[in-house]
Amino acid sequence: MSQKLDSQVPSGDISEKWTKHKFNMKLVNPANKRKHTIIVVGTGLAGASAAASLGELGYNVKAFCVHESPRRAHSVAAQGGINAAKNYKNDGDSVYRLFYDTVKGGDFRAREANVHRLAEISTSIIDQCVAQGVPFAREYGGLLSNRSFGGAQVSRTFYARGQTGQQLLIGAYQAMMRQVDRKQVELFTRREMLDLVIVEGKARGIVVRNLLSGAIESYSADSVILATGGYSNVFFLSTNAMACAVTAAWRAHKKGAFFANPCFTQIHPTCIPVAGEMQSKLTLMSESLRNDGRVWVPKTAGDKRHPSQIPDNERDYYLERVYPSFGNLAPRDIASRQAKFAVDSGRGVGPTGVAVYLDFRDAINRLGKKAISERYGNLFQMYAKITGEDPYEVPMRMFPAPHYTMGGLWVDYNLMSTVPGLFVAGEANFSDHGANRLGASALMQGLADGYFVLPYTIGNYLANTKTDKLETSHDAFKGAENAVKSEISKLMNIKGNRSVDSFHKELGRTMWEYCGMSRSAEGLKKALGDISKLREEFWTNVRVPGDASYVNPELEKACRVADFLEQGELMCQDALERNESCGGHFREEYQTPDNEAKRDDENFCHVAAWEFQGVGKKAQLHKEELKFENVKLSTRSYK
Amino acid sequence: MAGTSQKKLNLKLKVWRQKSNKDQGSFVEINAEGVSEDASFLEMLDQVNESLIKKGDDPIAFDHDCREGICGSCGFMINGNAHGPQKGTTVCQLHMRAFKDGDSIVLEPWRATAFPVIKDLMVNRSAFDRIISAGGFISVDTGNAPDANGLPVPKPDADEAFANATCIGCGACVASCKNASAMLFTSAKVSHLALLPQGQVEKTERVLRMVAQMDSEGFGSCTSTGACSAACPKEIKLTSIARMNRELLAATLNKKEAVEGDGV
Repeated sequence: MSQKLDSQVPSGDISEKWTKHKFNMKLVNPANKRKHTIIVVGTGLAGASAAASLGELGYNVKAFCVHESPRRAHSVAAQGGINAAKNYKNDGDSVYRLFYDTVKGGDFRAREANVHRLAEISTSIIDQCVAQGVPFAREYGGLLSNRSFGGAQVSRTFYARGQTGQQLLIGAYQAMMRQVDRKQVELFTRREMLDLVIVEGKARGIVVRNLLSGAIESYSADSVILATGGYSNVFFLSTNAMACAVTAAWRAHKKGAFFANPCFTQIHPTCIPVAGEMQSKLTLMSESLRNDGRVWVPKTAGDKRHPSQIPDNERDYYLERVYPSFGNLAPRDIASRQAKFAVDSGRGVGPTGVAVYLDFRDAINRLGKKAISERYGNLFQMYAKITGEDPYEVPMRMFPAPHYTMGGLWVDYNLMSTVPGLFVAGEANFSDHGANRLGASALMQGLADGYFVLPYTIGNYLANTKTDKLETSHDAFKGAENAVKSEISKLMNIKGNRSVDSFHKELGRTMWEYCGMSRSAEGLKKALGDISKLREEFWTNVRVPGDASYVNPELEKACRVADFLEQGELMCQDALERNESCGGHFREEYQTPDNEAKRDDENFCHVAAWEFQGVGKKAQLHKEELKFENVKLSTRSYK
Repeated sequence: MAGTSQKKLNLKLKVWRQKSNKDQGSFVEINAEGVSEDASFLEMLDQVNESLIKKGDDPIAFDHDCREGICGSCGFMINGNAHGPQKGTTVCQLHMRAFKDGDSIVLEPWRATAFPVIKDLMVNRSAFDRIISAGGFISVDTGNAPDANGLPVPKPDADEAFANATCIGCGACVASCKNASAMLFTSAKVSHLALLPQGQVEKTERVLRMVAQMDSEGFGSCTSTGACSAACPKEIKLTSIARMNRELLAATLNKKEAVEGDGV
């Protein structure tokens, strides 16, 4: 192994690590802060909150996004809520319990110290957001309301109806726009990062394509933050927005940033099922619905009766049956797998038979339609619009879909990647969720990284690092620009017979089939061969119409799909290497007699961090051993 | 019902095609054939684009991203209605079962001086970002916040603030207004923050600055026809505009100047 992974976790008691570390980190004095420029790529929760906070501190921030406005970042679509260990409900919550639930929920594949810091920070996030004017749901007394989410037995989730992500994002966006107003943040919209520029071993800038003019532009800085989200779109059909891509992270990976646990993907249990060939994305229905909705399938395979005709004793409320203590609020990986088992056993419902019911009949009888509408009105409306069915009358039909990726660029405790000066925040990094993320924890992590971690750790990096002034006329920028230009001209000149989407869909089908909800060595090997062949065909037969010198959505997609065709391969490689089942990674060969994931702590209690060796070449594996000093390694049970 | 309908539609699209903001645009007729009723409107356009690409033509450019009605990227006129015929719906949430076989559908970008056309159905809405950066926020630096429950907010106020904060910034209000006014968008942000106790400190300056920015972007005046609210996919109410007018009047009368350099 060429490089030892040092997690930089501070010593000491878990509950004091972050406090001590904050004191030990070096500071940049106010007069020096304004001499530093920091690039933030991505303006979702992690990116916008980082840009805002760093701008407030006095750094010069350059914020980039692919969208026309930072407010369109996909964090906007998060529905259910954000966790925080406030214990406002007096139901026994604490920082330690949130820490414990998250480590356990992640099936013991996350770094303890990071998770504890996340739990500590969670309470400040809620304070910050309320101060910004985020209109969380409130009780009649004017205090904040909470609900419960999967994998927890306390109510610690703060929410704004089914639009929590939107409200938090607008809060972060407004905080960032305030810094734009003060000229601390300069905004670069409709720019896609296509390369990371490294000078003297340090991340010093990026090369982007201006999606309006087609120009290839360079920007230099003293440090680069990637907050560019996850890679669920490798499956083509996912709950992610259309522009979500691995591109920025992947390009950084190709420049030396290790990619950790790429096979840890989250398949969300409650999404509206696929309806047809032209389906372009899948819509998630918030996990919060499982607070009041009951999941079931008919007891008998092939029972095609209308749901209202199936009496209770002929229904299998399988989550309540298999997991009596967590019931319908079993964690996502488990709920998804059980839905798959139900469908595989021929008991799937709806016209395609690839769905399960999520039924609100009992909740409506208990609480009344009005109460249900207050809690989930917009979700019910969303469901009705897509399916043409009224969920107040007929149970929702649901099936799991790719939703979130726990894997991402490897970062140390300071959120710095293996490339010095390159920091990674939010879903784009791998750090806090292990092999499975609990509901309402993504928003928490994005904002924790951006508001409360990076402002400290970046300061420490800058205070300890000498960064000379760097012009974008430097050879490193010119070289990267030329590489990007030649890649684009190569894509434009293939002029083949297949659309970009047709490749993306084929890749997605392969990934879903062999690297989706369940995986096997045999299937993964087949997928590796198929992807490699598909990638070859892509580079000889893709058709990108139009020209590269103006708005060209097909070219944008082509660049992203080119990266997915490489990254999908790494996912399969990682899944093949991990000979155990844990969290969202379910290897058919490794399961208990009752089909639960069988972890192998002796051989796989580590982070698998991959180092790029070239396209089509097997990446080199580096391992970061995980130690569990606080939460005892145990078989995860929700029964 | 999703997945049950085998019905396919054949449609005649009249699509505004415009290469760039320097070119003249025009309507072009394109047939959409064999469209599933279960497809969303944008999936129908995907299908049309797929066939245009196969023929070697330039696909229709349109903004889109989340495809679940929350990011605010998509939006264009469908038969003269912003986001199409259904109330409280964005284009991406509109499904083809709202149309009949043989229908003609006219697609046109948002029309407003402040929203120049970029290409086909794509327009530049960055004016909205500039309105927000002119005070559409509460000035609280990270780390300064008191405990979240330290400041109770009456539920009706919080609910009303939320209703205004659901604005997705799609621009349908501007496109539907005969004057291309941005009053509904601006007033939704003014209302969101003015309804909350946290927003009180800056309320005077906020409304004055945001309205001034709105005017300087070239949006038209409001004549209270209500077309904006009728077209709003988030159904933001006209009362928001009334609230902003009241805030603006009060701010104009109450404006005080801070002493420059006094400890700042």
